[in-house]
Formats: sequence, C-alpha cells, structure tokens
Amino acid sequence: MEWGDAMSLTMDAATPSLVVNGTRIDLIERGAGRPLLFLHAENGIEPALAAIEALAKGARVIAPTHPGYGRSELPKGMRTVDDLSYFYLDLFDQLDLRDVALVGVSLGAWLAAEIAVKSTQRLAKLVMANAVGIKVGDRETRDIVDVFALTEKEFIEIAYCDPAVGTRDYKALPDAEVLAAARAREATARFAWNPYFHNPRLKSRLHRIRIPTLLLWGTHDRMLSEPYGRAYAALIPGARFEPIERAGHFPHQEQPKAFAEKVLAFVEGKWP
Amino acid sequence: MMRVYQFTEQPYYPTWNDHAGSLRVNLLNRKCDPRIAADLFHRYYDEWQVADELGLDIMLNEHHQTATCMSSTVVVGLSVLSRITRTARLLVLGYPIGHRPDPLRAAEELSTIDVISRGRLDMGFIKGVPYEFPASNQNPVAVMDRFWEALDFIIKAMTTHDEIFNWEGEYFHYRQVNVWPRVWQEPHPPIWTTTGSTTQARILGGRGYVMATLGSGYNTRPLYDSYRRGYVAKWGRAPGPDRFAYLGLVAVANDKDEARKRGDLVAGYLRSSSVVHVPFRNPPGFLSPEDNARLMRGMTPPRSYTKDRRVIDMRSASVEDLVAAGILFCGTPDEVYAQLAGFCDYCGGMGNLLMMGHAGFLSHEQTVDNLTLFAREIYPRLKARKQPDAERIAAEAVAAEKPAASRAASVRAGDLVDATISAR
Repeated sequence: MEWGDAMSLTMDAATPSLVVNGTRIDLIERGAGRPLLFLHAENGIEPALAAIEALAKGARVIAPTHPGYGRSELPKGMRTVDDLSYFYLDLFDQLDLRDVALVGVSLGAWLAAEIAVKSTQRLAKLVMANAVGIKVGDRETRDIVDVFALTEKEFIEIAYCDPAVGTRDYKALPDAEVLAAARAREATARFAWNPYFHNPRLKSRLHRIRIPTLLLWGTHDRMLSEPYGRAYAALIPGARFEPIERAGHFPHQEQPKAFAEKVLAFVEGKWP
Repeated sequence: MMRVYQFTEQPYYPTWNDHAGSLRVNLLNRKCDPRIAADLFHRYYDEWQVADELGLDIMLNEHHQTATCMSSTVVVGLSVLSRITRTARLLVLGYPIGHRPDPLRAAEELSTIDVISRGRLDMGFIKGVPYEFPASNQNPVAVMDRFWEALDFIIKAMTTHDEIFNWEGEYFHYRQVNVWPRVWQEPHPPIWTTTGSTTQARILGGRGYVMATLGSGYNTRPLYDSYRRGYVAKWGRAPGPDRFAYLGLVAVANDKDEARKRGDLVAGYLRSSSVVHVPFRNPPGFLSPEDNARLMRGMTPPRSYTKDRRVIDMRSASVEDLVAAGILFCGTPDEVYAQLAGFCDYCGGMGNLLMMGHAGFLSHEQTVDNLTLFAREIYPRLKARKQPDAERIAAEAVAAEKPAASRAASVRAGDLVDATISAR
C-alpha cells in the first residue's frame, strides 16, 4: 500500500447492510421486542457495541452506522446533521418502523433531536445522552470545547471519566478499525466544523418534540457542561434530566450497563 | 529561458525565538509591535522594488494569524507593488480560495490589480495550508470541491463581458455578476496553482495551468511527468517549460563562507514553518482517511530526498543536505548556476524559478546583495540556457506511464507534503 492509495473497506463482510435511497450503510440488529433505533456518537459504532448488546436485552435494537462513518457510504452533497436527519426519516419509512424508541449519544443525540423536530409520527420515546446541537451561551461564550484544537490525548482527558476507556492503540487495532476512526474524524468535521457542533436553527424548534424525552448526562463530561445539558432539557417540553455517574461525554461507552438500564427503564415506562 | 520571481513570506521574524511552541494560529498578536511590523513591510516592499529594477519578477503570498508571514491579505501587497514597480510580473501564489468566503471579492480584487499593474498579474490559486482552517473556520473537509467551484466562478467572472450572469452552485450563490473593472489580460491573467500529488498534477496538465511545486526537490520529476501526461492527453502537444515552476531557497555570495551563512539564514524559513500547535497541523479532511489511518498507525509519510535518494528532514537539515536535496541553491554565483542548471535538467525543463531570496534573519543588506548577485551573475546565464527538449521529455513521460490500476491514488495524496512540512 502506497501513500495516497485507497484502502479496501473490508471491516467485516458479515456485517449486514441496508441501502437507503441508493446509499449503502452498515446496520446491526440485535434482540427482539419494541424497536429501538440507536444513533451512535461522533466516535463511531465500535465504541458503542457493548451498549448495543446491553440494550438488546430489552428491545429490538437497530444500530446503523451513519453515512460517512465506518464502512457506510456518504451520499453526494450530504454535509449537515439536517441532511442526516432526512436520511433517517427515509430509513424509518423504508423499514416501516413504528413506536420507535430513538436513542442517541452526543452527535447522535443532536441527530435524534433534528429527526424529532421534523416528525415524531413514528417515535414513542426519545433519549439523548450528552447531546450537542444547540447554542446556549452568548456569541463569545464557547459552549462546546474546540476539540479540533486538541490532541487526541488532550481530548480523551476531557471527554472521559476514565481516559483508559477512550484510549486506543492504533498500532494494535485491525486496519479497518483504524480507518473507521479516521473516517469518523473526517465525517464529524464535515457535519460539525461550522457552525461548530450545533445548528443555530434547532433551539427554536425543540418545542415541537412532544413525546416523552430523557436527557442522560455523563457527569464527568468536560467537553460539555452540565448546565448546557440542563438548558437543553429545559427547551424540550417535559424532558427529564438524569445524570450517569463515573462517565464522561460517552456514557454509553464508559457505563454501558447503567446506560442501557436507564434507557430501557425509561423506554418501558418503568421510570419511577 | 527562465523567469525568476523574488519571494519572501514577509515574516515577523523578531518573535521567531520568542514563542511558546507555536508561531501560527495561536501566537498572541500582543507579540507583534506594529512599529516594527511597519518597518518590515516597508523594507520588504523596498527589496521588491530592487528586484523589479534588477529585472526580476515578484511573488507574494498570504497566510493567517502567523509570525511566519505578516501578509494576511495578499491584495494589499499586490496593490502597493502594482503602483511602485514598473516591469516585474506580480505573481500571487497563492490566493487561498479554498478557505476564503467570497470568490466574487477575489475576482474583483484581482481584476483591479491586473488593471492597475497594466497586465502584470499572475494568479496563483491554492486551497490553503492546513493551519489556515482553524483560523478561517472554513470546513477543511471537501475543501477541493470548494476550490474548484471558486476557481470556475472566478474564471467565468473575469471572462464574461457582455452579459450579467447567475451562479447558484453548491457553495457560492450570486445572481447579478458583472465584475468591474474588467481584466487587462485577455481572456484572463495566467492561472497558476500548486500541488504535491501526481493525480492532481495530471488534472492540472489537462487544464494547462502553470503548476508550481514547493520544496519538492528530487520528488519533483514524477509530478512534472504526470502533468506532462495530462497535458499531452488534452492538448496533443508537450507543455513548454513555462508551464512548470519550482520554489527553491536561494543564497548567493561571492565568498563561500558568506554564502553558507546566508543559506543557513534563508533555511530559517523551513525551520520556522514547522513551529505550529500540533492539532492545527492536520485538520480533519485535509488528508484522505486512508492517509490519516497510516499516520495514526505511526507510518511516516514521504520525506525529502537527495539526488542519490538519501532521506533528509528539511526542517532540521544542514545547508549541505538542503543543497543536495534541491531545496536550497547556495554558494558562489558559479556554484548556484550549476546547481540550478542541474536541477532544471533533472526536472526535464522548468521555466519559472520561485526564488526565496529572503527569509527570516537575512538582513536587508544581505538580501539586496543576494538579489543583485543573482540578477547580474546567474540570471543572464539561466535565460540564455537551452531547456531540455519538451517534446522528447513529454514523449518519454507518456511512454513510461504505468497502467491505470496502479495510478488509482487519492487525489489528495500530495497534501501529505503540505501537512507534514510542518508536522513534527
């Protein structure tokens, strides 16, 4: 392999995929029962696998890899989370999903909000963890740390409660996983570079989300602040805010079991 | 025949030894004394006037938020020089349309410069170096798509004289385009650009633009040959040497020791370029995911080579190694002539030397002497020297072409050079 050559995307030929409007994406399905669509965070699907397995104990989990991430193709012209939200509305229609519990983390939570403000027709519940997507502070206050101005090590220090969980040894990982990490970084910048990790229009639309909504919050997140999360919750009618301890920006990755338990309890209506 | 463009990055060198690990993007502007900056600007303009009087051409560029280059809006330098120089061609290399927000503004600025200079403008367009993207906040992902749309727009804006046109593209929207003043050079000032990628070089050959490579040393020939193939395929003839430009550092003196001293000072450009806050060196999307995966795995990208394929690191190399790598041309006039003639032959012909005749701590007196010696002792010989036979060289390049399968490379492969000139 020479510099400049494209690597072949042979992560795992067995991973099922789905074609939506001509775009092929990877899509994992686990478990049975009520449909739960899981929208992964900006770090991709691999760090979410443990949470997906835990969620599958209580639901039929459908976990796509977003366009541009992992092995999923990127449709021409797609460059905003708004574009992504329409892609997923089409996916709901194509799979004829009903009464869906929509669950997203960080960028996936932003995406979930963008979907829900457009239509909750196929949705029953919404869970957003350490969500980005809105602007809370004034124009000179940076709500979200500029992660592109950090080294990966610095980012892991602020994003995780236990940095060891987020640290990856790229020299030891399979090629496909390293390539997926590189694609995740690029795709995230494509969707979130400017405006930075938010859609200026989204905040004024959140009132349209009139389904039970839970905001989960890894309390050790130093990329986002807890007041940001609480302000987000306050903009969605009736939304609940629930902390997850010993977790940072990716609570599904650091505390997959606690994350899944809280999500499933909320989805099943067992919330105290 | 060769043209020689005198180039300096107009550095604010007083801070080069007074920073906290980054000369670009996040070096606080408190470090910039505007009185010193004014003196430096005037000094650099004076030196370009000297270059003009010596019969040299002029190259300017822009960078942002950096002590390596005070020119943050190149149109200012072009404006001043349009007025105070007489015959020099004024090359901007480059105007970074990949991260500037408004190509209409670019077309207006450059048309105005072309008119004021009475047709002396050469327009080099670039996407911008990696660390411009945190500064401009333009998305580094898909920057080449923006680049091509901006370039197509600028060409149309400069060549449309009898109608008002509409542009509603992927990135830029205008409804009543009609640029005043209209360009002096018809159909438009010559277009230049840079690359470090053979795939991109082939595309540029098809477009017929002047292709510059910067410090590519003995990696240059494959880029030129790729351009030649693209050019022959499109135009059915060989590109002349005037289609190729090479940026090299130049330090001349009559005394060998003084020449070496000057070479070391000019090489300060390479050393200062590498001083950038690490996360700004390789923004997402600037390299392909495949190349980023290689970097993450700890693989090393291509480096600079000497003629005999010895690897050197241009950021820390000695004067001797930089000369051996074709990055610096340094010595007495005879030595520098011989180095340049040899490099030109290696390239298979190269008609535009972008001469970094000043960098860093090279003083005004040293710079003027450097330019004067070059213009009087070397330039006439370069002009008189016959370039290699373009048709023969191009035919050889076409014959040596590898099958298409092995050419399937990322369009952005050459960006590795941009991204790593400053890395580590």
